[in-house]
Amino acid sequence: MPHDHDDHHHDNELDPMAARVRALETILTEKGLIDPQAIDVIVDTYETKVGPRNGAKVVAKAWSDPEYADWLKRDATAAIESLSYTGRQGEHMQAVFNTPDTHNLVVCTLCSCYPWSVLGLPPVWYKSPPYRSKAVIDPRGVLVEFDLFLPDTTRIRVWDSTAELRYLVVPMRPEGSEGLSEEQLARLVTRDSMIGTGLALAPEAA
Amino acid sequence: MNGPQDLGGQMGFGPVAPENNEPLFHAGWEKWAMGMTIAAGAMGQWNIDESRHARESLHPADYYASSYYEIWTKALEVLLKRHGFVQPQELDEGRSLGKGTQPKRVLKAENVAAALAKGGPCDRPVAGEPRFQPGDRIRTHNFNPETHTRLPRYARGKLGVIEAVRGGFVFPDSNAHGKGENPQYVYTVVFTAPEIWGDGADPTLTISIDAWESYLEPA
Repeated sequence: MPHDHDDHHHDNELDPMAARVRALETILTEKGLIDPQAIDVIVDTYETKVGPRNGAKVVAKAWSDPEYADWLKRDATAAIESLSYTGRQGEHMQAVFNTPDTHNLVVCTLCSCYPWSVLGLPPVWYKSPPYRSKAVIDPRGVLVEFDLFLPDTTRIRVWDSTAELRYLVVPMRPEGSEGLSEEQLARLVTRDSMIGTGLALAPEAA
Repeated sequence: MNGPQDLGGQMGFGPVAPENNEPLFHAGWEKWAMGMTIAAGAMGQWNIDESRHARESLHPADYYASSYYEIWTKALEVLLKRHGFVQPQELDEGRSLGKGTQPKRVLKAENVAAALAKGGPCDRPVAGEPRFQPGDRIRTHNFNPETHTRLPRYARGKLGVIEAVRGGFVFPDSNAHGKGENPQYVYTVVFTAPEIWGDGADPTLTISIDAWESYLEPA
């Protein structure tokens, strides 16, 4: 695995955060508290192995296999683990299913809780005050910012991840996706559709 | 605590502004901030609740002016100092000035995959039966502790309905302060938007939180 220091060295050394993190890295390495190679492996894990493609495969399987969907509904942690997606910030999973009547939206108003095992690292907006403050009081206004316009009659359920449960939204299977394989279906499942700030793509858009 | 982290329903932060094709990291140092936070946490000297409390204890002006990886970094410095691993002078000088606390363990590269795959499960057995069942009406506790809590301000003193019993989990309000895991049942509790936000609230909106049993009273 390539050591990431090259990238690190390219930071503008005048950037106070780059300098501050570099100082911490130096101190912790000198004291033997961190193994710099371990940092590389952690970063590589989330850059190349754990990301929203994992969640997309879970959703595609749920769309294709009613028994799996039922299992996912009853015991999401086990159903997701059966696809080998486990671990940090995915220890206690819940899957919530969008229906024609109800749209689900996930937020963590208190910090940045996010289902890492199926979606990877959260985007900046998910962790930032505008989304965290607005999602619970004006979710429709938030969705408009994502170009998602729901009918006024669609009920919205916001899940504030205040404990250690992590939520995966299962978007509705798009029209015109009959006959597609799980692999083809997974390509329709965007990260945002699994947070609730988007819908699954239509087959012609994928 | 009623800190800067408790954002639900606050106003004035502007648009969400999602970034198209957002990169996973926006600068090289963010990778290190993320990786060091995880690696230092793996030393086992503090738990996730103490970490969260360190982040929310930043001065509000600092918290709101910081990106999330900046918040992580600043809180990591606090935790390293609090537990004697690093001295303030070392942070000022950017170098080690000698040994500090020795960690229980250091996360080595060869153990990362297993550590990340294992995560840190917070479910625990709880003696006795859950106090509430799905369908029960509850009122959330109204309190304003100066210490860590996971009951957001917007959901205090509100009427809600138990939707699900989620099992026993470590109680963050005590665990963040080294006062033990004291596991309790956690429930998903649903509120109507009019109950939470009052006049003009969207009648098609419901909001749920996951609440520890001691946050709830029968209603």
